[in-house]
Amino acid sequence: MPPDQKDIAAIREKLVSGELDPRAFFNMLNQHSHNGLIGVQYVANADNWVELAFDYDEKLVGDPKTGILASGPIISLCDMASGMCIMLTTGKFFQTVTIDLRVDYLRPAKAGHRVTGHMECYRHTKNVAFVRGYAHDGDADSPIANVTGTFMFLAPQ
Amino acid sequence: MTMILPPYANALGIESARDENGRIVLTMPFGPHVQGRPNFLHGGAIAGLLEIAAFATLWDALSEEENRPQAKPITVTTDYMRGGRERLTYAAAIISRLGQRMANIESFAWQESEDKPIAAARMNFLLVRD
Repeated sequence: MPPDQKDIAAIREKLVSGELDPRAFFNMLNQHSHNGLIGVQYVANADNWVELAFDYDEKLVGDPKTGILASGPIISLCDMASGMCIMLTTGKFFQTVTIDLRVDYLRPAKAGHRVTGHMECYRHTKNVAFVRGYAHDGDADSPIANVTGTFMFLAPQ
Repeated sequence: MTMILPPYANALGIESARDENGRIVLTMPFGPHVQGRPNFLHGGAIAGLLEIAAFATLWDALSEEENRPQAKPITVTTDYMRGGRERLTYAAAIISRLGQRMANIESFAWQESEDKPIAAARMNFLLVRD
């Protein structure tokens, strides 16, 4: 059974209080729903950034001729990493919603390569969190996409 | 007329049709595969739908050309306006400008009515001609 809203609030609170480590947190929340389709996994984190990744999968391809991935899964990956890095940075466990997310495609991801998304929360106010980051397909010094976004905190429910 | 959509569109369950004005309108059914937080669509799935709407509309417009150029996405900015609920989502796109080298496209996604968009995306494509 996927967790409901109440379960999720409790799980998020445990991450912020330190009761759950980020990997366990991610595995509890992200086996279902859209994340299940893409197969996103936890990689690493620090105080203000999170790294998540997904393996190359033919069902995520946007151009069958070249095998290049669609950009949708890369946006999903960075969106998930953003939500998690905001929680770790701000210590606020309640839900955030995306206001906007901008992705600059620097080059196509190579067919067959695992894609990693690295997002950091570099500023937050009472209501809004600002994130930036990148996605790469093996070499962090040669990113495939640059990403910036803003998120809004929903009041505790 | 249905268009051939990429594997990622099929994974999301997206289908393509034309409305009475000949405009391409995509539909994406709700299901666990596109769900984010409980009872809501995932923002990434919405962005995926918007991207495919932009691509399909651009591809259709380019079909009138003899040597159809390759369209490479350069930037996409997605604005989230309303939470997407557990129901069918529609998306369509408008070509703001179709030039020799660049195409600027705006996509919109909606559920209950088109004048209440749940999200919009601006996409800029580089057109590569042989």
